[in-house]
Amino acid sequence: MDSEAGREEAALLNRLRTRLADFEKDRANLLSILRMIQETFSYIPEEAIYMAADHLDLAPSEVYGVATFYNQFKFNPPGKYPIKVCLGTACHVKGGDIILENFERKLDIREGETTPDRDFSLERVACVGCCALAPVALVGEAVHGHMAPSKVEGLFTRIQVEKEMAEREKRRHESAR
Amino acid sequence: MSRISFQVNDRKISAPEGMSLLGACLNADIHIPHLCYMEGMTEPPASCRLCFVEIEGRREPVTACTLPVRSDLKVRTDTPAVRRLQRTALRLLLSVHHVDCKHCIANYKCELQRTARFLGIGLKPKHLDHYSKEPEVDDTHPHLIHRPNRCVLCGRCIHICESRHGRAYIAMARRGFDTVLTFYGSTDAIDLPAPDCTACIDVCPVGALESKHGE
Repeated sequence: MDSEAGREEAALLNRLRTRLADFEKDRANLLSILRMIQETFSYIPEEAIYMAADHLDLAPSEVYGVATFYNQFKFNPPGKYPIKVCLGTACHVKGGDIILENFERKLDIREGETTPDRDFSLERVACVGCCALAPVALVGEAVHGHMAPSKVEGLFTRIQVEKEMAEREKRRHESAR
Repeated sequence: MSRISFQVNDRKISAPEGMSLLGACLNADIHIPHLCYMEGMTEPPASCRLCFVEIEGRREPVTACTLPVRSDLKVRTDTPAVRRLQRTALRLLLSVHHVDCKHCIANYKCELQRTARFLGIGLKPKHLDHYSKEPEVDDTHPHLIHRPNRCVLCGRCIHICESRHGRAYIAMARRGFDTVLTFYGSTDAIDLPAPDCTACIDVCPVGALESKHGE
C-alpha cells in the first residue's frame, strides 16, 4: 500500500472516533454512519466497520451485512486512476462487457476491486450520457468513447507515458533548484 | 392465559391467546410446511414463504407464522392455491440448492426432503435454471463449516445466536441471489463467546452448518 495513502487513512481513522460520537447510540443511525464513513474515506474500511459496530453496540457481522446490502457502499479504496466501464443499454449492446473484461485481465482485478498498489480501481456504471460513443469507459473524469480491446492497451500506455513525463518534469524541477 | 378455539380444516383446535396460527396448528398435529419459523419467535421473519394458509373472508393466502390466533378464524391449510404457492416457493429454494443428499449430513433429517415429500415434488425442479454460489465451502469460522449452496437463508441460526448470546455472530450479507451467511468479525476464536455452542448447527433445517470438531 502506498505509504502516503496509508498515513492519511490512519489519521482519518483516528478522527473517526470523535466523529462517531456525534451520532446517538441508536441502531437506526447505522445507515447515516455508514454514509459518513464512505464520504470520509471514499470507501468503507474494515477498521471503520468495527468502530461503527462498537459505537452502536452491534455485532460487526450485522454492520457488514447492512453495508453489503447497498450497492452504494464500496469496500475497496478508489485507485489513483478510477476506471469506470459503462454497461448501460447502448454500451451493453456494443459489447461493454468485453471492455470490462479487458480491463479486468489487464489489471488482474475484478470489477469493484482495486490494484494492490492502489493505482487503478475498476467499477461498472450504468450510462454516462454519451451513448453515441458506445462503448464508453472513464478514467477519472476523462471519457473515452468507441472503446476496443486495443484502446484499453493504449490507455495504459498513455497513462504510463504521462507518469514518466511527470516524473522527468519533477526531476528537472528538483535539479534546477 | 386464556385459550382460544377456532376451526382448522373442519376440526376445532384451541391455542393460548397470542400464539401464532402456525404454532397452534403444529401443536395440534396439523402439518404446515415451514423453514424460517421457530417456536417462541415474537417477530417471525416470514421469509421462507412456505407456511401459507387460507382464511375464510380473506382473498389472499396468508403466512400462518405471522397471524395470531383468533376465535373467529376459519382456516384451510390444504387448498390448491396454498399448495401451488408452497410448491413454487420450494422449487425456487431447490433451484439454488446443491442437491447431493447422499453426501449431506442432514440426509433423512432434512426439512427440504421432508417438505418436498409432503408437497409431492421432486428434489430437482424442472424448468428452472440452477444457480450456484462461490465458494462451495466457507471455513472462515473457527468452529463452523458453512456450505452456502446448502443454505436456505431461513435465518434460524441468526435468530438462535442472538437469543443465546445477546448478539448474532452470524449475519446475512449482500442481497438477492448473492445473499450469503457471513461470519464477519467472528473469524477469530477469541471474539466468540462460547466455543462449544452448537445452537446454530442444531436449528439448521438443512445441512448448511457443520462443526469443525466432529459430532
